[in-house]
Amino acid sequence: MDALLDRRLIFVTGKGGVGKTTVAAALGLAAARAGRRVLVCEVGDQERLTASFGLPAAGFREVEIEPGLHAFSVNPEDAIAEWLRYQLHSRTLAGLLGGSRIFQYLAMAAPGLAEMVTIGKVWELAQLERKTPSAAPYDLVIVDAPATGHGIALLRAPRTFAEIARVGPVNHQAEIVDGFLRDPAATAVVAVTLAEEMPVSETLDLEQRLYDELGLALDRVYVNALLPDRLKAAETRKLEAAIAGDGNANPSPSALAVLDASLAAHQTVRAQRSQLARLRRGLTAKALSLPHLLAADVGRDGLERLATKLERDL
Amino acid sequence: MTARAKRIDGVLAGKRVIVCAGSGGVGKTTTAAAIAAALAARGQRTIVLTIDPARRLADALGLPDLGNEEHRVDPERLRDAGLGGDGELWAMTLDAKRTFDELIDRTAPDAETRDAVLANPIYRQLSNAVAGSQEYMAMEKLYELHESGRYDVLVLDTPPTRNALDFLDAPGRLARFIDSRSLQVFRASGRAGLGLVGRGVASMLSVLEKATGVELLRDLAEFFNAFGGMAEGFRDRARHVEALLRDDATTFLLVTSPRAAAIADASHFHAKLAESGMPFGALIVNRVREPVSATADDAELERELTELLGEPLARKALHDVGDRNLLAERDLRNTERMRAELTGGELLTVPELSGDVHDLGGLAAVAAQLFKRQRS
Repeated sequence: MDALLDRRLIFVTGKGGVGKTTVAAALGLAAARAGRRVLVCEVGDQERLTASFGLPAAGFREVEIEPGLHAFSVNPEDAIAEWLRYQLHSRTLAGLLGGSRIFQYLAMAAPGLAEMVTIGKVWELAQLERKTPSAAPYDLVIVDAPATGHGIALLRAPRTFAEIARVGPVNHQAEIVDGFLRDPAATAVVAVTLAEEMPVSETLDLEQRLYDELGLALDRVYVNALLPDRLKAAETRKLEAAIAGDGNANPSPSALAVLDASLAAHQTVRAQRSQLARLRRGLTAKALSLPHLLAADVGRDGLERLATKLERDL
Repeated sequence: MTARAKRIDGVLAGKRVIVCAGSGGVGKTTTAAAIAAALAARGQRTIVLTIDPARRLADALGLPDLGNEEHRVDPERLRDAGLGGDGELWAMTLDAKRTFDELIDRTAPDAETRDAVLANPIYRQLSNAVAGSQEYMAMEKLYELHESGRYDVLVLDTPPTRNALDFLDAPGRLARFIDSRSLQVFRASGRAGLGLVGRGVASMLSVLEKATGVELLRDLAEFFNAFGGMAEGFRDRARHVEALLRDDATTFLLVTSPRAAAIADASHFHAKLAESGMPFGALIVNRVREPVSATADDAELERELTELLGEPLARKALHDVGDRNLLAERDLRNTERMRAELTGGELLTVPELSGDVHDLGGLAAVAAQLFKRQRS
């Protein structure tokens, strides 16, 4: 298996709210630290990545946010307009078509066109020979992809499109993008999850669906926000005994609140461990853990910490 | 800060349609099910329409794998979970594809048109995969059940979306692209070939052909040709669905977690909701961590804990409290930021509950939190 940083594209997906953007950003930071020229690409209209670096949104422009680390945000409208320009070899014609109501309807009606041009743009960003005039190639592109279902739809789009447009230029391009996504030496699909029941179930389901529907193997799973396990078994028993008032101890309400909180924290940790074990039992790909940052917000420092942790296995 | 006591009861009073919206992973399905269960316990005949519920929640509600069928939740099991009452709780898992097929079946003028649409590759992709069609079909099913008059209250759990427009714009969008004026182009090309349509249109189509490939155009032409006869019916339907969403008896509940990213999504959604003039009822912040009342730097407390637990364990316990309070503070800050942004509607919080929320007992616990008196 190729090292993660030696691929051209890392596709980061997972259930909503598990920290995909954070992990994608930390991966980008780690890759840049390893000397790669890397681009982190967000999908959709809500840009969060640059905010972690205290910068305004990048939009549909490749912006260097730190030495070696670039940001970009792809949206279907701009991607369609750009695709048309290449396709028609004419800015005027593309503008005419892009601005036409009929084309707007077509674009909305053509199933998966939005997804196709989105993943097509991602593919273009990841090519050593860029189609974008005067654009330098990247060593690595990391996509902060949409949540599981939409993420799979994005990966499936080239194949869907190749099937609908059975011949012609669209079919040809879709086949090329599809081949790139399926080539494990070029593309890695990475999932992010939390060690909680529903995200774990969705991750297991994701691995199965990727394989069944697209013939893709998940490269790895990052289990995010794992809490530190501070208590040994004997210490847990001691806490329980103290709460129960054994040995004539009579804790004050404040002390009792601390004891309860500590025990609750321990129970959360244990629940996480059992979900992590469940994930590992059901998963073919490897599951790597990332610590809970236990900070007021992720921020630049948090990303650094995660990047350091990620560096151990790239 | 006001001292006004707020309850979800006030938000839900007189509502017949409750739409729970928000980004993924914030507990939308659980919230929708808990509200439906609580309203059923209060004597209403209630149905919750869920999208892809967690397996154990589906089991708890008695939902089979097969979607689009109404199931009554066993009253005895509800009673055992503390959710007994005079009403009825029903549940259904939405199947967008089946809803779409059924809609075609109802709207098609004849069997031939219906079969042509159902077999068209464009339709098959549209009904399965296209962003927005799942959202639209959720609302379509909601409308259908509403019209049936079988339920006092309908609670809709919506597909997770980061893009509010996908959701709010969905009813209009489908109707718009089936709009007959723009369809004429494709219908003409399907019937008579490219030669017979106007010159401007012909050149447009030849450009499109160059850009896409002719087969795609033919499929599209066929699709729109078959769909054309149904355009009026679809537009009509979409208008009714949209009217239902704007009705006085409808309310939108935005569900979020207190994490910064989810709050940002909720804020975006709230703004779009207001912009579209949809009735906003409340923002529900789930899984809010509450601070531990004890302070970690209290010397007296530290002494007591050391005496009780020994020094290493006391330090660990205080460390746990420090972490918890840090996160609780973060949750509070994010929640308050959101509260300041809200125009109209209520903000309700549900604390992080220990234990399982994916069974009926868990729903009862969530409902108890939602329906209890909260202070703003």
